[in-house]
Amino acid sequence: MTKLRFSRKQLCIPYALFLILFVIAPLIVIVYYAFTDGQGNFSFSNFTNFFTSTNTLGTLLYSFGLAAVTTIVCLAIAYPTAYILARSNFKKKYVLLMLFVLPMWINFTLRITALKEILSLLEGNISKYPFLNSVIGMTYDFLPFMLLPLYTSLQKMDKSLLEAASDLGANKVTVFLQVTLPLSVPGIISGMTMVLLPSMTNYVVLDMLYNSDYIMGSLIGSYFSAYDWHNGSMISLVLLVIIFFVTLVTNRFSDKDASARGGVL
Amino acid sequence: MKKTLKYLWLVLVLLFIYVPILVLAVYSFTNATTVGGSTGGFSFKNYLNLFANDEMRGMIFGTVALALVCSAISTVLATCGAIGAFYSKRVTKSLIGNFNQIPVVNADIVTGFSICILLIVILKADKSTFIPLGIGHIVLTAPFVYLSILPKLKQMDGSLYEAALDLGATPAQALFKVVLPQLIPGIASGFMLAVTLSLDDYFVTTYTKPSTFDTISTYVVNATRGSQTEIKTALWALSTLIFVLVIVAVVAMNVISGKKRREV
Repeated sequence: MTKLRFSRKQLCIPYALFLILFVIAPLIVIVYYAFTDGQGNFSFSNFTNFFTSTNTLGTLLYSFGLAAVTTIVCLAIAYPTAYILARSNFKKKYVLLMLFVLPMWINFTLRITALKEILSLLEGNISKYPFLNSVIGMTYDFLPFMLLPLYTSLQKMDKSLLEAASDLGANKVTVFLQVTLPLSVPGIISGMTMVLLPSMTNYVVLDMLYNSDYIMGSLIGSYFSAYDWHNGSMISLVLLVIIFFVTLVTNRFSDKDASARGGVL
Repeated sequence: MKKTLKYLWLVLVLLFIYVPILVLAVYSFTNATTVGGSTGGFSFKNYLNLFANDEMRGMIFGTVALALVCSAISTVLATCGAIGAFYSKRVTKSLIGNFNQIPVVNADIVTGFSICILLIVILKADKSTFIPLGIGHIVLTAPFVYLSILPKLKQMDGSLYEAALDLGATPAQALFKVVLPQLIPGIASGFMLAVTLSLDDYFVTTYTKPSTFDTISTYVVNATRGSQTEIKTALWALSTLIFVLVIVAVVAMNVISGKKRREV
């Protein structure tokens, strides 16, 4: 038997094949299914189903609304928190940051269960405030994803720039608005994407908090239960297009780091 | 005054984060059936129920086993992939990098749904074999392992590999004894990240799992739809146990890495 010639490059073959088979191929299939009917014939009906129905368009709008409000609330809570943490004089800032993101390692359905019990206690009947509760639930779930990139960008900021600004006569507000804020834009953008996309799709949070309204994810969920693969694929395709454009915007602003999703480990 | 305001803000955010979990933890040690209701006294009932119930024990074991097995496979696959891509031509490298980025930016629900369509609807794979579920979790986790190894590869001193070859090592030996050890921190954190992502997943699991199998996420969601109080309160106990485990794990990791890590 001749000895197989081994090269380092060949190590990537299994992973490359895996990605082609189970990442690329499924996406191609989604596009194919979105534009065919049950008999496999080319069809625009799934497309028109989505874009002419007031139900689905309303769902798209509702998703955007919920996601936008959630993102803004997360940003409003996370920015001051990240700012205070990054500028504090604590010796072990990292440990303090851990305290704020630690719950993200608890299963999110269990965390939402806990939140639901508290909301029921505070509001009596939680089905009275579906939108508010969904925003609270999503904020509770996704806050760490906003906090981490913000903290990273505020923490690694060159402090001498801030000193230079105040030496040149800028007051604290000006320093913040003209130096700190613009420099933290990559963090803001990557935090916003980390929150925006899941809050358009994570319908489990709505279900668990008795919000019977639909978001984009719920549509996929209901088509899945009805074995309607074609319309489900169309919704997935719409989401993919949204994700594509969001990623385009993000890539222009944010620096590439892998700190996404629990990267503090 | 300003300092007080800052502390007040931090305390408020911490209260928002921890009050639900801690209140639930307190109530998990009582006979209460709703939070805020009559407690009925101190009790370990929920913890006993959690472990006495075969269904719940199986579900917890299944979730952990799935996470460990899939993360191990992801780690091997993505480590080899990252090393191979790192030494490949530019085109190959950026192609793999871009493909790898797709599941990272994609919504989990689309990842899960698309895998379901390809494997279960088109290829008629049997859900009960756990193969679609396993593949789903590997797609979900492997790209993150890849991303946590990449920086370690870039930091690595390339001449060490050449030196090993000059000193008579075969390429395989050089890879295992010189390159791999330098990647260990990245591999370890990638594996940990994979485990946490897999444990937390709901969507990929729902669309690919065997109908009789449940992970913690799918089980909890079904339990909230049902009205069995005993299961509901046993899940409070589960939430509290996981919370304690997470604290222990985070403290342990900080103690271990604290010795090596500079202030971040």
